[in-house]
Amino acid sequence: MASLRISGVSVAFGGNRALDGVGLSAEPGRVTGLIGPNGAGKSTLFDVASGLRRPSSGQVFLDGRDVTRTSPAGRARRGLARTFQRLELFGRLTVRDNLLVAAELGPDRRRAHHAVTETLTRLGLTHLADSPPDALPTGVGRLVEVGRAMVIRPKVLLLDEPAAGQDSEETERFAALLRSLTDDGTAVVLVEHDMSLVMGVCDEVYVLDLGKVIASGPPEVIRNDETVLAAYLGDA
Amino acid sequence: MEQFLTFGIVGLSTAAIYAVIGSGLVLTYTTTGVFNFAHGAAGMLSAFTYWQLTGGWGWPVPVALAVVLLVLAPAFGLFVEKVVLRPVQALGEAERLVMTVALLSGLIAVARWIWDPNVPRTLPTFLADRKPFHIGSAVVTWHQALTMTVAVLVAVGLRILLYRTRPGAEMRATVDDRALVGLTGAHPVRANRTAWILGTQLAAIGGILIAPTVTLDAAQLSLLIVSAYTAAIFGRLRSVPLTFAGAIVVGCMESYLTGYLPQNAYLPGLRLAAPALLLFVALLAFPHRRLRGRDRKLRPVPVPTARGTAVFAVCVVAFGAVLASALGEADLITYGAIFSLGVVALSYVPLAGYAGQISLCQLSMAGIGAVVWAHLGAHGEFWALGVAILVSAVAGAVVALPALRLSGVYLALGTAAFAVVLDRWIFTLPSFHLFGMRIALFDQGSVDVAGPRLFGLALDTAAKQLVFAAVCLALASLVVAAVRRGRFGRRLIALRDSEAAYATLGGSLLRAKVLVFALSSGIAGLGGALYGMQQRSITADQFNLVAGLPIFLVAVVGGLGAVGNGLFAGTAYIGPTNALVAVAPWAQNLVALLPGLAGIGLGHNPDGIVVRFRREWEPLGRDRIALPGLLCVLALLWVLRLGDLINGWTFLGCSVAAGVALRIWATARQTAAPTEPEVPVEWWGLRRAWRPEDREVLARGLAAD
Repeated sequence: MASLRISGVSVAFGGNRALDGVGLSAEPGRVTGLIGPNGAGKSTLFDVASGLRRPSSGQVFLDGRDVTRTSPAGRARRGLARTFQRLELFGRLTVRDNLLVAAELGPDRRRAHHAVTETLTRLGLTHLADSPPDALPTGVGRLVEVGRAMVIRPKVLLLDEPAAGQDSEETERFAALLRSLTDDGTAVVLVEHDMSLVMGVCDEVYVLDLGKVIASGPPEVIRNDETVLAAYLGDA
Repeated sequence: MEQFLTFGIVGLSTAAIYAVIGSGLVLTYTTTGVFNFAHGAAGMLSAFTYWQLTGGWGWPVPVALAVVLLVLAPAFGLFVEKVVLRPVQALGEAERLVMTVALLSGLIAVARWIWDPNVPRTLPTFLADRKPFHIGSAVVTWHQALTMTVAVLVAVGLRILLYRTRPGAEMRATVDDRALVGLTGAHPVRANRTAWILGTQLAAIGGILIAPTVTLDAAQLSLLIVSAYTAAIFGRLRSVPLTFAGAIVVGCMESYLTGYLPQNAYLPGLRLAAPALLLFVALLAFPHRRLRGRDRKLRPVPVPTARGTAVFAVCVVAFGAVLASALGEADLITYGAIFSLGVVALSYVPLAGYAGQISLCQLSMAGIGAVVWAHLGAHGEFWALGVAILVSAVAGAVVALPALRLSGVYLALGTAAFAVVLDRWIFTLPSFHLFGMRIALFDQGSVDVAGPRLFGLALDTAAKQLVFAAVCLALASLVVAAVRRGRFGRRLIALRDSEAAYATLGGSLLRAKVLVFALSSGIAGLGGALYGMQQRSITADQFNLVAGLPIFLVAVVGGLGAVGNGLFAGTAYIGPTNALVAVAPWAQNLVALLPGLAGIGLGHNPDGIVVRFRREWEPLGRDRIALPGLLCVLALLWVLRLGDLINGWTFLGCSVAAGVALRIWATARQTAAPTEPEVPVEWWGLRRAWRPEDREVLARGLAAD
């Protein structure tokens, strides 16, 4: 059964339909890519999935349970975590405390300190544990945000442009991290503009344009889809 | 029907004034992004000035009007824009809000200074010599007709200005994106200035029109703005037409409540509190906002160490013990408030400093604590102090409910409305029964307050109560510091930095906000009870909104994130002001102005004075000669004071002088301490001794290469 299933979701801002009957499913142990040009509605879909925005129609299911009317905190307690396109780190806390807040809110708060140390080591951030996140480069800040989401051991992890600001070596390491997450059984949904990363790690890709899913399937199919080429990938 | 019509005309006339004032508020808010808490005070100052020119100096009405509306009001608007708000334009919304609260407090103090509040003043209505006319069976005075005409002209004028002129377009564009407007060749500063001038003129018109119908009192006139706030909230602080509609609702509601509210001992206050109640409800009816994203203007919140806080707590108690032994009975009552109001100021630290929730009703919470203690602890029952804290905490939790929907200026407004409802209605109620229990508040006058009995010891003298208050402040500071270091403190700061991120990690906004409001209100309630004990008798006026503003301002100036703020704010608010008045009684009015001026100075030190103070005094704390030296000097002075060889003032003056002198000496010693010449890395262990940390430095250097 899919960990996350979004069915027929629509969102309107005034007269504009940001999402129009969008459906998506993300399964445990797999990376699901979500790509599309700027303004396609990717981050809005994440907001709907995480409960920050109510859809005008459609439903969101988490582990088969309808969570459309559940609060963001309620969804997090059911195992959904996310990162943000625009960094949402707690700037007045250190990197360690950013993760600690999350771990203490997570399912195993007695092991919070241990989980934080483990996650910092896994991400190679131990030496930055006591730094304020604002002092870090954007790419590292994104990694901290990923760590903060990981530390609550989510079943579904929504990552909004996590590789933005990273160099090629860091992106490679990040791809390895994504694979290790899926090995743990996490369902990862990845919004990303770095096509080599998306095509390299995703098991399935959804393409969004003007609020609608215009294609979905394995990366090799998407890469050759004419609609997608015209709307987003181009001839390159 | 005739009565209904008459009250309707009165209501519409009042509504017209609220509409004029409210539209000025909307104009400045939409253009500059600043919600001006001092908007009503500007109207009040204009009304007083107009009275001075006409009633005081006998100037002709048209000349006086021209001077106030065309010269003084615009000049004041420009002053506010340039001197008060421009320095904090780049800071956060909270800082801008504090500046206008400081302005409100300062303007009330200025008005009371210039125009003695004990002298009654009245302004005649406009066109009073003309005979009223009738609409149907209702009588309409020419003042009422003029008021309504002015409101219509203002509405039409604003519409034309905002939608038909270039400056209007510039003003509307400025609020969306100042930088972008600048790129198009427009002038955002000019738009700001225009908005402040027009806004102040509208406040002045409203103030002059309403003054003849109410008492000419600085605080009352300034707080009439609550009705205009309500009108502006109907327009979501953005729409002038909806503000006018809101004004009609508020004006007519006030008028009809005057006419039709049943006459009994419990309801007169309700009429006075009705606009504030409506404001509270209107804020609650706001559509649920989206969770706030990240706060981009970060000010650090220091993490106090357990050892540092313990030392601080010991110092607080020692300071209390020294004061208790050094001051005379009368001074003990005056200066004892350092610790009790310090506890009230400390309540801002978890709420505003950690969680970023701006509340203007903390002194009202203190009032609840004081009144509960006064009744339940009338014979010193110590458990009643716990009940006082608990009841205040519950009241705080009630205020937290709108805080879920509101933030920033709206939350400040909601808490101010809550304080006004308590001031004007709840605190003025006679005793009543609720679920078979008798509830007594201030008994429409004053209530005697006793000191507690602790383990058989009656704390019934001012000295004992002062030490007790110091112990409570020390304990409260330890609790607040422990909160900052612990899980709850981390959560509050996370919540403040990004509500959206906090919620999507599984954090409950409701629980965190209710808990922090309850915690801070409980602390404020404790402070109120301690304050009541020291004052021996309390009245509702001691805990009203206006009385709470200076404490809030001093706490902000101290730095809301610092645990030492309780002691700082209590000392800064009570100490120098009373000392100055004791030395120079003529300076009383100037002293009342100080918190407002200090608040306006916030732009120069947004992190707060406590952090800076601590940094400056750190060298003394580290110095192994100066610190023991200071302690010896203080001990000697104390012995001299106990032996009555020197008086309290000499003791205080010498203590401060010794402290300052030794601090300067310690700083100079540490700055002048010779630093070791830098030795190249290859000579480490040869030309200077090998240090344990050298291995780590070398390892990092090699890794970097």
